[in-house]
Amino acid sequence: MKKFILVRLVNILITLFLIATLTFFLMKTLPGSPFDEEKLMNLSEELRMEFYAKYGLDEPLHIQYFKYMGDLVQGDLGLSYYYKEQPVSSLIMDRLAPSALIGLQAVVLGLSIGIILGMVAAFRHNTGWDYFTMIIAVLGVSVPNFVLAAFFQFYIGLKWGILPVAYWESYDHSILPTIALAVGVIAQIARFMRNEMLEVLQQDYIITAQSKGLGDWVVLIRHAIRNAMIPIVTILGPVVVSLLTGSLVIENIFSIPGIGSLFVDSIKMNDYTTIMGLTLFYSAFFILTMLIVDILYGIIDPRIRVHGKE
Amino acid sequence: MQQTEQKEQQHEILPNEMFEIVGRKEEESEKINKPILSNWQDGWLRLKQNKAAVISLVVILLIVVLSFIGPYFSEYSYEQTNYEKVYSEPSGEHWLGTDKFGRDQWTRLWEGTRVSLYIAVLAALLDILIGITYGAISAWKGGKVDNIMQRIIEILVGIPNLIIIILLIMIMRPGIMTIMLAMVITGWVNMARLVRGQVFKLKTQEYVLASRALGASTSRIILGHMLPNTLGIIIINLMFTIPSAIFTEAFLSFIGLGLQEPLASLGVLINDGFQSMRNQFYLLAYPAIVIVALMVCFNMLADGLRDAFDPRMRK
Repeated sequence: MKKFILVRLVNILITLFLIATLTFFLMKTLPGSPFDEEKLMNLSEELRMEFYAKYGLDEPLHIQYFKYMGDLVQGDLGLSYYYKEQPVSSLIMDRLAPSALIGLQAVVLGLSIGIILGMVAAFRHNTGWDYFTMIIAVLGVSVPNFVLAAFFQFYIGLKWGILPVAYWESYDHSILPTIALAVGVIAQIARFMRNEMLEVLQQDYIITAQSKGLGDWVVLIRHAIRNAMIPIVTILGPVVVSLLTGSLVIENIFSIPGIGSLFVDSIKMNDYTTIMGLTLFYSAFFILTMLIVDILYGIIDPRIRVHGKE
Repeated sequence: MQQTEQKEQQHEILPNEMFEIVGRKEEESEKINKPILSNWQDGWLRLKQNKAAVISLVVILLIVVLSFIGPYFSEYSYEQTNYEKVYSEPSGEHWLGTDKFGRDQWTRLWEGTRVSLYIAVLAALLDILIGITYGAISAWKGGKVDNIMQRIIEILVGIPNLIIIILLIMIMRPGIMTIMLAMVITGWVNMARLVRGQVFKLKTQEYVLASRALGASTSRIILGHMLPNTLGIIIINLMFTIPSAIFTEAFLSFIGLGLQEPLASLGVLINDGFQSMRNQFYLLAYPAIVIVALMVCFNMLADGLRDAFDPRMRK
């Protein structure tokens, strides 16, 4: 196990290094600049050089690269081009809370509703409940979350005025974005849970338990659910990905000051350092989640024990 | 003996004389009464019984046809602006109304649908082409080559796709080809893994060994024997890739990295509709309905295909 984690950590470092290198050079080849070129040209030669020096743009590319990587190791992501004078790392930290709140709420909501729906659907296989769940599952993965969010905003926010339309002022403001994000998660989990549950319900140990004379509920709770829930861990990866992508648009739609909207804004503003910082942040977050998922899986399911080599 | 006679008299059992030895007719007993069905016909029969999948197929075909002929029903072109008729409600003249430049929404809707479908289908096909090549080579060569190729995939899988797509589109100028290429660069990995798994499994089958013993070349074995047996998963995967490509395109357009004016795609239309949703909800509603219909139908058709061609997966 220790060796497995170690190998994975080395792999993660290599991946992050590659991503950092790639984004650095990609950003350098980008056309256009976040600065107002005309104003820059009006500055005196001296002032302009000083300006470039502040952002480390006066040095040759390879020096810039080594500097960037050196700073990166120390957790310094450079200065934002657009948000004047602000270091990217503190920009991300400032914006993290709303995204984390919405993301966590969506995971909790999605997991709980998804698991319950999936279980009921499997237990009442081929009944109204089952069909209802399947319809939710198909719609949930098919309706793009930004379309859903826009409809929520229009009907619940604008027309009926039940919940705030946008912005980030009170807890109520987090409800609509959370639901918009959670629907996709509910669909993924419900579908997965239903299939797992159907599989488990056919296993010999369930029949054994039933023939021992255990009641339906005891069989369900003590034997079926526990086994069906193990593989849920494996789809946490895709779920996290859909939350990450979802947050980009949903924070934008509801004008939430989170990292998703920061990313989209920095794309629109050509704020390269922020884009690079967030790319790394997202990648690291994603990769670490995957690692945790794999480790968790090994711990929860004793049948799967990871050994050193793969 | 006596009993038998008694029973014979009572007609309870039939006398032996009434029986005649017919013998076994090989042709008769071994005769196949139903036409021989290939795997494909078999799958098609199963698919036809899945109502949801059939309806989805019909709806998809309808949308495809409309996306081609739809614009001809209207006298306006998708880029023709009319500043006197900005934001007009749906009417006899403009069936779905007009947008902020007075462009006919009906024409733009179907133009956009066609562009979205075009990007999605082409991206999915390219994914598959690269995926098959990569996966087949990796599995067929095995050993060191496979090892290195799989390490590369492992690293690629570790990177969130969308981030790479966004970076790539920022570098190349947004356009139909750019969006497609950016999606392909990250999208083929899944296919490659599937194909590799399948080829690995088939590699050890007897008929492949037999074919090799008869002197078939590698490419012949791969193209002639392995590909047909992998085609099922490939098609199923294609059907799942198309809706996710439609989604990605719409997503990119929505965050402002999609096609540029006056080109339309479903994502561009939804984005425009969202901007003016407050007063002109119809601008958002129709493209949203089309994209949802497409996504639902492709997903259901893909489910149906998987059930039909891969019965082990059936639940």
